[in-house]
Amino acid sequence: MITFEQVSVRYADSAEPVLRNVDLTVPEGELCLLVGPSGSGKSTLLGTVSGLVPHFTGGVLHGRVTVGGRDTREHRPRELADLVGTVGQDPLAQFVTDTVEDELAYGMESLGLPGDVMRRRVEETLDLLGLADLRDRALGALSGGQQQRVAIGSVLTVHPRVLVLDEPTSALDPGAAEEVLAVLQRLVHDLGTTVLMAEHRLERVVQYADRVLLLNPGAEPVLGEPAEVMAHSPVHPPVVALGRLAGWRPLPLSVRDARRKAAPLRAELDGRAPAAAGTPDGAPIAATDRLAVRRGPVQALRGVDLALRPGEITALMGRNGAGKSTLLGSLVGLHAPTSGSVTVGGRTPHRTRPAELIRHVGLVPQDPRDLLYGETVAAECAAADTDAGAAPGSCRALVERLLPGVADATHPRDLSEGQRLTLALAVVLTARPPLLLLDEPTRGLDYAAKARLVQILRSLAAEGHAVLLATHDVELAAELAHRTLILAEGEIVADGPTAEVVVSSPAFAPQVAKVLAPGPWLTVQQVAKALGA
Amino acid sequence: MSSPARSTRPPTGPRQLHPAAWWLWALGLGAAATRTTNPVILLLLAATAGYVVAARRGDAPWSRSYGAFLRLGLLVLGIRLVFAVLLGSPVPGTHVLFTLPELPLPAWAQGVRIGGRVTLEGLLSALYDGLRLATLLVCVGAANSLASPARLLRALPGALYEAGVAVVVAMTFAPNLVADVRRLRAARRLRGRNDRGVAAVLSVGLPVLEGALERSIALAAAMDTRGFGRTADVPRRLARVTAALTLAGLLGVCLAAYGLLTAGGAGWALPVLLLGLAAAFAGLLLGSRRSLRTRHRPDPWALPEWLTAGSGAAVAALVTWLASRDPAAFTPTVVPPTVPVLPLAVVPAVLLGLVPAFAAPTPPRRAS
Repeated sequence: MITFEQVSVRYADSAEPVLRNVDLTVPEGELCLLVGPSGSGKSTLLGTVSGLVPHFTGGVLHGRVTVGGRDTREHRPRELADLVGTVGQDPLAQFVTDTVEDELAYGMESLGLPGDVMRRRVEETLDLLGLADLRDRALGALSGGQQQRVAIGSVLTVHPRVLVLDEPTSALDPGAAEEVLAVLQRLVHDLGTTVLMAEHRLERVVQYADRVLLLNPGAEPVLGEPAEVMAHSPVHPPVVALGRLAGWRPLPLSVRDARRKAAPLRAELDGRAPAAAGTPDGAPIAATDRLAVRRGPVQALRGVDLALRPGEITALMGRNGAGKSTLLGSLVGLHAPTSGSVTVGGRTPHRTRPAELIRHVGLVPQDPRDLLYGETVAAECAAADTDAGAAPGSCRALVERLLPGVADATHPRDLSEGQRLTLALAVVLTARPPLLLLDEPTRGLDYAAKARLVQILRSLAAEGHAVLLATHDVELAAELAHRTLILAEGEIVADGPTAEVVVSSPAFAPQVAKVLAPGPWLTVQQVAKALGA
Repeated sequence: MSSPARSTRPPTGPRQLHPAAWWLWALGLGAAATRTTNPVILLLLAATAGYVVAARRGDAPWSRSYGAFLRLGLLVLGIRLVFAVLLGSPVPGTHVLFTLPELPLPAWAQGVRIGGRVTLEGLLSALYDGLRLATLLVCVGAANSLASPARLLRALPGALYEAGVAVVVAMTFAPNLVADVRRLRAARRLRGRNDRGVAAVLSVGLPVLEGALERSIALAAAMDTRGFGRTADVPRRLARVTAALTLAGLLGVCLAAYGLLTAGGAGWALPVLLLGLAAAFAGLLLGSRRSLRTRHRPDPWALPEWLTAGSGAAVAALVTWLASRDPAAFTPTVVPPTVPVLPLAVVPAVLLGLVPAFAAPTPPRRAS
């Protein structure tokens, strides 16, 4: 269906080609998963299939990409629209109209399909994706999972034979991600659509793939059976790591397969328990008391009681829109409470001057770029020193510690997602706040960047920082957090040690916990340590 | 052959009225408002529009814009009154309400006055003027909340479609920009800088523009991959004729505008203007052939649409006619101040504008 012949892509501003000599064929009707570390050219490869590379992004494409017999170099993206459907990470960025039904019809209108065909296909697609109840709804009023399903539906109505998805579940909570994946599954099974998908969160998707394409910078791309590729892939989900550790053959890719093989491991681990992390018991440095916050017409928080202690890492989880960001915002004074109170370091955040507040609490927002204004890393660091009233060079020293080897003259925009997050973290830490908040820090990070973040946050906690992170990433929470809070509809529904809170939850349990339940194991490292001991 | 499925929406049951009908109705009320400064008639017009909005507005996001337009109208009225108080009014008056301390101005600023006497006549005249503008805004707001401008643009002919999309995209960007400014101001606070004041808003300007640019590029890419801008092959001759007609039409319109604006040329200008418009319109129609687009379930134009648009036109026509017959009642004198009276004949004329509150179908409501 899709063939790449000697494809190389080089962008004008870089010396090295992003893709080099890619030579492969994706057969019709397969779900092909694209994996690889950040910067390995996943998005570029997807772009060559939809024609956006090179027609839209510029750059030079060598070789030939053909989709359904059409050469994407000779056909502009709009001429491929009836053949290839493209869905990105942020559905809101690709919506053209304002209601669900209009959005579904938009692509067909562009292709000039007759009215009765459009009418029929809209109904079929509404049913296929379970959107029938939402047909007249405004797109902005939908939840994240619903929006992503509409985005998929809007490209499906033209009956494309290939669907290209760039990180479709990255921004979604675990429940919404499963909604979207179930839909993709159905398309591959019932309609025979060829799906090409890139995704960092392999634990969510790898079990659905028919084939995995591994892109590794500096090595030949590998296309093969998922289990075979995963056995050697540098990026892999926890269930694969556990399988490699236990020596299971063939390598299980889903929790179900792993569980069926795990009986001996469970027996071996029986009676042992992971080393309990000492629960810190200092005086709380931040607390909320029956905190309620209203944002516009929405009651975002209702009666939240919370105390954060130094040295403790707390994960804050819950659906999109459960109030996680609002809680973080209240702690830095972005939202005034409608009732109840917040205190951070003995102060009321929304009544404290920003310059003083940053010495008590720092927040790294969802998009770290919001915090960075400088033209260069050096300028950014100098500005951070001035803002925080710190000795000149403090921020640069932090950057050197957290992110060794970044040149002074680099523009923050040219850093990778992980590096940018770390730079923002260093900027926030310059004021030495004892309380550190992070909003969705692992969005767009690959496993290596995530592992580095885990190390950094652990050492910060060991130095006595209290850390609160809002996240959808259950694996991150399992690995890092001493304590987990689950928010629903603005209320805390669970609060306790991570192991206790997540193990029993179907949505928030990490893969290792699901495989080894009812044992108290959360991460592969814990298991490895227990087996090694 | 079996009968094809109906492509327009069925004209029965709850549905959205054709957006053009709502806009025609609202423009009719607005046109009526421009014919009078009588505050009683203006308030009656505003109340009529308000009643129809209350009766037939849906629950989509744009439906809430009515409140914003109401507030905007009040703001305009307030500004007009404040100016009349502070800067005085050209209306001569004898009923002095109070006297503000007058700011002495140098000789070159003669004719400008700050402070001084505030007369009843001046205030009344400003109030009537402001009220008329506010009523116009309320009428536009009513149309806006009853039918989103985006839906109106969807009904444009094919050749204008792409321009229409540009406008729609620009309009959805405004709320996004506001959200961006908020987010970036919050981020300033996180850096320990002040988040209040003009400087804070200005300093986020560049990142906001960057964000807007990135978003538009992402949207353009998404639209391209979904077939936006696909064109049909048309014979080269037709394409040439289209271009020639459009160009000649525009040239004619420009020439005519020049002729109309300079003294003496008015004789030939009008026919040239008409010819130019006709040529441009023909070019547009031919140009639509290049567009492949079809419409998904266009709104039908049925009896409720006729009634709605007709009621707006009737209000405009009747009020204009009545105003020409009895100008005194429609522009109550402010010098000397009189109590405005409501000419009885106007009441049924304006109340005709209530027809859509009963004739228009109820918009579909979502179970929430």
